Amino acid sequence: MARFIADRVVSIILTLIAIITVTFFMMHSVPGGPFARDKEAPPEVIRALEAKYHLDEPLYVQYVSYIKGLLAGDMGPSFQKPGVSVNDIIRQSMPASLKIGIVTIVFVLLLGIPAGILSATRRDKPSDYAIRFISTLGQTIPSFVLATLLIYIFSTKLKIMPTFGLRSWKHYVLPCAALGGYSLSFVARLVRSSVLEALGQDYIRTARAKGVSEFQVLFKHALRNSLIPVVTYVGPLVATVVTGSFVVEKVFAIPGMGKFFVDSITNRDYTVLMGLTILDAALLCGAVLIVDLLYGLIDPRIRVDR
Amino acid sequence: MSATGRLDKSDRTLWEAPPPESKSPEQVSRPSMTYFQDAWRRFRENPAAMFGLCLVAFIVILALLGPAVSSHSYWEQDLNRTNESPGGEYIFGTDSLGRDLFVRVMTGGRISLLVSVIATFISCLIGILYGGFAGYAGGGADNAMMRIVDIIWTIPLMLYAIILMVWLGPGLHNILIAIALVYWVNMARIVRAQVMNLKETEFVLAAKVQGAGTWRILTRHLLPNSMGPILVTATMMIPGAVFTESFLSFIGLGISAPLASWGSLCSDSLGALRSYPYQLFFPAAFICATMLGFNFVGDGLRDALDPRLRR
Repeated sequence: MARFIADRVVSIILTLIAIITVTFFMMHSVPGGPFARDKEAPPEVIRALEAKYHLDEPLYVQYVSYIKGLLAGDMGPSFQKPGVSVNDIIRQSMPASLKIGIVTIVFVLLLGIPAGILSATRRDKPSDYAIRFISTLGQTIPSFVLATLLIYIFSTKLKIMPTFGLRSWKHYVLPCAALGGYSLSFVARLVRSSVLEALGQDYIRTARAKGVSEFQVLFKHALRNSLIPVVTYVGPLVATVVTGSFVVEKVFAIPGMGKFFVDSITNRDYTVLMGLTILDAALLCGAVLIVDLLYGLIDPRIRVDR
Repeated sequence: MSATGRLDKSDRTLWEAPPPESKSPEQVSRPSMTYFQDAWRRFRENPAAMFGLCLVAFIVILALLGPAVSSHSYWEQDLNRTNESPGGEYIFGTDSLGRDLFVRVMTGGRISLLVSVIATFISCLIGILYGGFAGYAGGGADNAMMRIVDIIWTIPLMLYAIILMVWLGPGLHNILIAIALVYWVNMARIVRAQVMNLKETEFVLAAKVQGAGTWRILTRHLLPNSMGPILVTATMMIPGAVFTESFLSFIGLGISAPLASWGSLCSDSLGALRSYPYQLFFPAAFICATMLGFNFVGDGLRDALDPRLRR
């Protein structure tokens, strides 16, 4: 077990180094620099700025000094916001994205899994059709359409939900619905098909034959064995959702990390982009590792240390 | 009859000779079906899949013929008739510059569909070859190739698409390249898994014994036999590409005016959403219908091509 985790951590670190390298050089190959403006600044000023941030040095020197800073936990200064470091930006914008993301995941699981179970146990009944219809529809609507539709219906027309900010619980409803709509539908469909598959297995018949209550059959035998695909899907989803969504944060004016993803690329804010990429990739790798460990917990037949 | 009540098989009087016309056991009673004819038969019997196919066909025909039957063009402005409601002369109304929204949505559909189909095709091609070689080669080469796939998978794909778009600049070709270069990873994984399963089969061994080379085994034996999962994945990739294209256009990195795609039309409509919600509704409805259609077709294909998965 410890051996397995150690192996995986080493491979995660190698992956992260590869990602940092690829993104660093890709980003610097994008034409234009961080100080190019519509109103052209005098060349001396640009040269002075580039010297200040060491952008005039050869690329490999910049790369080495960036890695050195990273090892010390310093992601460098932002090129667009004078005096603000990337660590500051992440520290300030992470909480909002994190809160929205966690609420979204909880909402996806609390609604998606029961909906899937209901749909599977009441197969081909009206409730099953209703859930399948809604979840199929939910998978077809892009998040920017869903977000604007929700605002239009609940805020502009019905006036029952606030449009922006994160002050009360009401402020979470629409952004989380927009962010989680697709995943919720996906989880519901996933749970439905895997519970149906589990219910057709022999051990379910055995359990019923020895008189186990239907509740126990469903939750102890069928559900546990159908959680594997759900965990596989939700693990990486947590990493993606927690780092914020550009569209949802823009539409609902949430001060989160999502907007920096797009802004940092268009502004050539190299260090901010690198910081966000590293954070995102590290979270994703961590989530995948946790998923692998959870497999063993859900299904003891899967042993992580082969 | 014997005393035990069972049939006595030696009792010849119980047996009749078969009629002469059925004498040949080799005779095939029905024409044999190929794999794809068989799949098509199952696909046809699936109402949801056929509905999806009709929906996709309907949208494609609308996008192809819509601009031709309308008397307006997608760039023609009529500043006296801006933001007109749907109905009347303009079926879908007009936008803030007085352009016919119907024609714009149809032309946008051409671009969205073209981009997603071609991007899917290119990324399938890359994914199939990459995954095929990795799976067939096995060992160290496979390990190295799959590590690269893992690394690409770990970077947020949308981020790569955005970097590529900024690098290449907005435009039809570049959107295509960006989507294609980003989404081949899934296909590579699926093809690799298929090829790894198939390469141990007897017919591959037989081909090797007859002296077939790697390329021939890959293209003639392994890939055709993985066609089912490949087709299903490809069908599911098209709606994904529509999503990505509309997202890129939505954040302003896609098609530039006066051309339009469904995503850029949605994005254009946001400013006036409160007053003219129909300007968002029509392109959004077409995105949803396309997604729905392709999803149904994909589900139907999976059921039809792999009967074992049917439930």
